[in-house]
Amino acid sequence: MLRVARRLTAALLLVSALVSPTLAQEKVLRIGMTAADIPRTHGQPDQGFEGNRFTGIPMYDSLTQWDLSKADAPSVLIPGLATEWAVDPADPKKWIFKLRPGVKFHDGSAFDAEAVVWNVRKVLDREAPHFDPSQVGVTASRMPTLRSARAIDPLTVELTTSEPDSFLPYNLTNLFMASPAHWQKLYEAVPAEVSDPKERAKRAWTEFAANPSGTGPFKGVRLVPRERFEMVKNPDYWDERRRPKIDRVVLVPMPEANARTAALLGGQVDWIEAPAPDAIPAMKARGFVLYQNAQPHVWPWQFSFLEGSPWRDIRVRHAANLCIDREELKQLLGGLMGVPKGTVPPGHPWWGNPSFDIRFDLAEARRLMKEAGYSETKPLKVKVLTSASGSGQMQPVLMNEWLQQALKACWFDVELEVIEWNALFTTWREGANHPNARGAHAINVTFAAMDPFFAMVRFVTKSAFPPNSNNWGFFNTDEMEELVRAARTAFDAAARDAALARLHKRIVEEAPFLWVAHDVGPRMLSPKIKNVVQPRSWFIDIAPMDLAG
Amino acid sequence: MLRYTFNRVLYALPIMLGVSLVCFLLVHIAPGDPLVSVLPPDATEALRRQMAELYGFDRSLPEQFLRWLARAATGDLGTSIATARPVAAEVARAVGNTVTLAAFATLIGFTLGAIFGFVAGYFRDSPLDRLASALAVLGVSVPHYWLGMVLVIVFSAQLGWLPATGAGPGGSTEWAWDWEHFRHLILPAITMSVIPMGIVARTLRALVAEILSQEFVMGLRARGLSEFAVFRHVVKNAAPTALAVMGLQLGYLLGGSILIETVFSWPGTGFLLNAAIFQRDLPLLQGTILVLALFFVVLNLVVDVVQTALDPRIRRA
Repeated sequence: MLRVARRLTAALLLVSALVSPTLAQEKVLRIGMTAADIPRTHGQPDQGFEGNRFTGIPMYDSLTQWDLSKADAPSVLIPGLATEWAVDPADPKKWIFKLRPGVKFHDGSAFDAEAVVWNVRKVLDREAPHFDPSQVGVTASRMPTLRSARAIDPLTVELTTSEPDSFLPYNLTNLFMASPAHWQKLYEAVPAEVSDPKERAKRAWTEFAANPSGTGPFKGVRLVPRERFEMVKNPDYWDERRRPKIDRVVLVPMPEANARTAALLGGQVDWIEAPAPDAIPAMKARGFVLYQNAQPHVWPWQFSFLEGSPWRDIRVRHAANLCIDREELKQLLGGLMGVPKGTVPPGHPWWGNPSFDIRFDLAEARRLMKEAGYSETKPLKVKVLTSASGSGQMQPVLMNEWLQQALKACWFDVELEVIEWNALFTTWREGANHPNARGAHAINVTFAAMDPFFAMVRFVTKSAFPPNSNNWGFFNTDEMEELVRAARTAFDAAARDAALARLHKRIVEEAPFLWVAHDVGPRMLSPKIKNVVQPRSWFIDIAPMDLAG
Repeated sequence: MLRYTFNRVLYALPIMLGVSLVCFLLVHIAPGDPLVSVLPPDATEALRRQMAELYGFDRSLPEQFLRWLARAATGDLGTSIATARPVAAEVARAVGNTVTLAAFATLIGFTLGAIFGFVAGYFRDSPLDRLASALAVLGVSVPHYWLGMVLVIVFSAQLGWLPATGAGPGGSTEWAWDWEHFRHLILPAITMSVIPMGIVARTLRALVAEILSQEFVMGLRARGLSEFAVFRHVVKNAAPTALAVMGLQLGYLLGGSILIETVFSWPGTGFLLNAAIFQRDLPLLQGTILVLALFFVVLNLVVDVVQTALDPRIRRA
């Protein structure tokens, strides 16, 4: 009997010795990003939405979050670290958020109302010891009306806005919760000879970036500046459905599209963002899988409504929108674009069934142009500002030259002025009447359309006239003001969506843009990556993914 | 000699100051907003003003320059706007990586350049000369970023022999001279070596041909020396000029290459400059340019002093 037991033990040991290397083999997912550097890791990432995608959402949670679980439906707002929220009926500038119980930061400290207050103060309260100027820009601009926070009890927090604002829950997806206890520990570890509190705080944040602590499904463990960032799974993550199956995620910045492509083909990474379009067939032939989905992104010409601008005539605006065959452009871009019907697509809660159908209808476009007084012998001269490159601009020169050609069919004589991307941004903020606009009648700056303010409000209200915000062309009507006011003060989610749908309907009908394309966020992945869902969002959730052996 | 060296150092100080000023002005007159990396494009004007105040960009340019200069004089190059990390540490790490790359590229470029140059010069007008000269011309003519991409396509994407990007499996902070790390160095170093290889080869070819036409070579042959012994004399005579050319090329390589380091995501000074330019990260841009510019000032100073030590006539001139 003893001999049998010994043999059995030996056999088990042998089997476990053979099997254990396989079992113990770490599942590592390596991602080549388009960013030139690791997006900041302290909780408020930079590098645009790529930052939120890779060093925000995987490591941190926000009070509200985007539903990234569906590819075939709009990505909508869902509870995150807050389980429910409501505006105070007595004072619509105050919101009460109920927090999720039992959530822990990666360092083991508890997430509670005081942590929310601390995270609001890190970007809004200049007197707070942990105030960090470097986090203000990317955060405060995305929650423009939030002013302060107050803990009511450990699981209830009150947020105050500068004006009644039903968009606040959307804005809060941009405020990630970092651990106050962990930061304090790092602050206290700063050498005593550094006596200036601001300098101590700055050093604590630098240390926090190298050794972060959030509540998300992955924990940051290793930062090599400008080269790589490693995260490991958080097995105790509060949301069971999002508990990671992948052990380690490695982020590598690769700003050059060909370098990313070569790294994927050479087996250095398993996933690349924005593959070089020319190499897509070769990558597909090697078994890699292309994922894409329409993003809440708009590639437009934003029209000027200044005195003398031809776009003041709605017939001209409609004609331009009807004159271009977007399917042809899509073909030119290798299929990597979405065909827009407005700022948001049909089926979206804010769609609103506009009576103006954005489509390709050359005959109708020409009829409108004729009615407006233009013809082959009397073309309409328009000048458009664009850039040669830039985040979200897709392939601006190619696309604008195609538009220039296509609009000729409706007697538009388009003059393109290509300026440097950053200078174009500055011009966008300055407005169409600024000398730097060089008398342009339209500007080509792409934008994100996830949040009502950034998708619509900032392009149609008086308060968004330059230099306050991005209503570059000074488009405004009393009706738009009223529609925005109604949406801002509709605190019931369904009522708010209905109000936003009315706003979107009227924007499409008024056509202050030439809607040209939606980006589709192409990414090429190794076939060994499983459970991939590319939602209709700028973001993607790595947590539910798995790696096949 | 000591006095001369002291004077040269004194002369270098206003040059360094001038370099600092030019650096500062160049990055400030470039179009665009220095806060672009910490402000999204849709930020309001009020927030932009608040950020400008927090970062000190609301002060006058002379005040900004003097503050920056005062800190730079103590070795503090400021903090990167985009990453909030100290610029000095970022630049130091990048310089180390560029030196590693440049050293290996130098080794390849000088070895091949010297072989091609001597062979072409020694066997002038022969098929060997034509082959070596063709390779040298190719080296100076081929755009190196294009060559880099071709090498990546062939050796990384197609054959999968060598990695396309990065400075090692765990990043440059874990660099070790083993095969796992060394293989990351091969493609960028080869790409970087082609220009110095071509220049050294062409210079040496002309030099060797000239030396061979001198009378002392005829004398050596008349005395019955073997061709190998004659060759050794030619090499000795060509060495000082070859070394001077190589020295210049080494300086050029140590400056880093934006194109090569970006193509291969090699985390050196070129890669850093590229990131700083695209992010409009002024402190990082200023710091990196300043360090590279000062490096060349110091290099020239050292060359001046060494040349004077070797040839005292220069001091008198």
